[in-house]
Amino acid sequence: MTDRATVYARIIELIEPLNTKKVALTEATSFAGDMEMDSLTVMDLVASMEDEWDIMIPLNLLPDLETIGQVADAVAGLLAKKG
Amino acid sequence: MTNPPVLDLLAKYDPLIAEHAGLLSTGIRDPFGIVMEKVLSPTEAIIKGRHTILLGTYNYMGMTFDADVIEAGRQALTDFGAGTTGSRVLNGTYQTHAACEEALKGFYGMSHAMAFSTGYQANLGMVSTLAGKGDFIILDADSHASIYDGCKMSNADIVRFRHNDVADLEKRLKRLPPEAGKLVVLEGVYSMLGDVAPLPELVAVAKAHGAMVLVDEAHGMGFFGEHGRGVYEEQGVADDVDFVVGTFSKSVGTVGGFCVSNHPKFEILRLVCRPYTFTASLPPAVIACSTTSIRKLMTAHDKRARLWEATRRLHGGLKARGFRLATDTPESAIVSVLMPDQETTALMWSTLIELGVYVNMSRPPATPAGVFLLRCSICALHSDEQIDIVLAKFEQAAQMAQLALHEHA
Repeated sequence: MTDRATVYARIIELIEPLNTKKVALTEATSFAGDMEMDSLTVMDLVASMEDEWDIMIPLNLLPDLETIGQVADAVAGLLAKKG
Repeated sequence: MTNPPVLDLLAKYDPLIAEHAGLLSTGIRDPFGIVMEKVLSPTEAIIKGRHTILLGTYNYMGMTFDADVIEAGRQALTDFGAGTTGSRVLNGTYQTHAACEEALKGFYGMSHAMAFSTGYQANLGMVSTLAGKGDFIILDADSHASIYDGCKMSNADIVRFRHNDVADLEKRLKRLPPEAGKLVVLEGVYSMLGDVAPLPELVAVAKAHGAMVLVDEAHGMGFFGEHGRGVYEEQGVADDVDFVVGTFSKSVGTVGGFCVSNHPKFEILRLVCRPYTFTASLPPAVIACSTTSIRKLMTAHDKRARLWEATRRLHGGLKARGFRLATDTPESAIVSVLMPDQETTALMWSTLIELGVYVNMSRPPATPAGVFLLRCSICALHSDEQIDIVLAKFEQAAQMAQLALHEHA
């Protein structure tokens, strides 16, 4: 099973190439506000996470996933459910 | 007691206001503020006093000035009045609306048809009504805003797959619970790049996972397939498509939208589809024009052939002059020119309008993958002479805008 710390570390790796503003990435960093990502970039990023862990993150969940920490929680939760 | 200060709800648009002002401060015309002073024909208008060739109107079959279409509207205006002032399910269904739905059934060879007040509402209504809580909508990443908005309005879970990528669709379908209801939403022609979907492969994958399929043929109706029904007809997947959505504002030449289907329970949608129920129906003149246009499009074989001919001439001509195009061959009646950045796109667009050629400027987030485009849509009534003028003006504008052209192989 993949723990949250591992998930968080991998999410940071996935985000880094898209972090064009070179902002410091923390649990509280937000995609739209801090990183100034547009909605298409965020949707592509989510797709890459789905493929990384073979999970499904429906687009209708995105409004509640504003920060890196929230995404890490969501992915870790989905992986736990998957078992 | 004093009131607290009012928070300006438009403040969130300040960055966009600044960007737009910055664009205009370079002295170019506003790409999103064109006013047509006179419309001379489906291919020509007067803009700022200048005679302009229209190459960005989606008026594919040139039906807007068809004499029979105009006469049908004139008659309906006289017989039924200016508007219906009501919903289709209350006082807003006239004989004209019933006749239009009959024409749609005939055109598509399907047993049910529903006419909406706009194409946007047709997608909004169908997508949001078909899929509910616990269901899944699986849509192409490059889907039109009306499909995305329909997803938002539904209570379904939304899954997006990579544009036209069959393997990616399959991978995502496999992750869904087998017992859940699924709607796969596709478009025949994608309007930004003008590329066509590989429907047989996509539809087969959707069916293999128990999904219903909706295909939007907004940019394919009138000139794809034997009967002009769209890409789904041309590619031979009619039997596996559950719902076809379309619009009157492109080939038909008016305004309005529709959905056609053979589903036996289709008619109930009139009572549950909110963008159909809670809005006024189309004015009698508009729906009568649409009916006549649809009936004429059924047999418009010469016009279809001419549209493809003019499209090949424009696509080939631009390619030969070194413009980079979004599709290697002309896949639809949309020819998109790839541009390097916002400034060059705006300057090139502005130069073209000064030279008397109107095209669409498209930019992110309306475009996929952050590309900037000058988008041309061709009309069956464009003459070879007009296309040649357009080609010359594109070359001239590229020089003036210092757009680098590529060596022709």
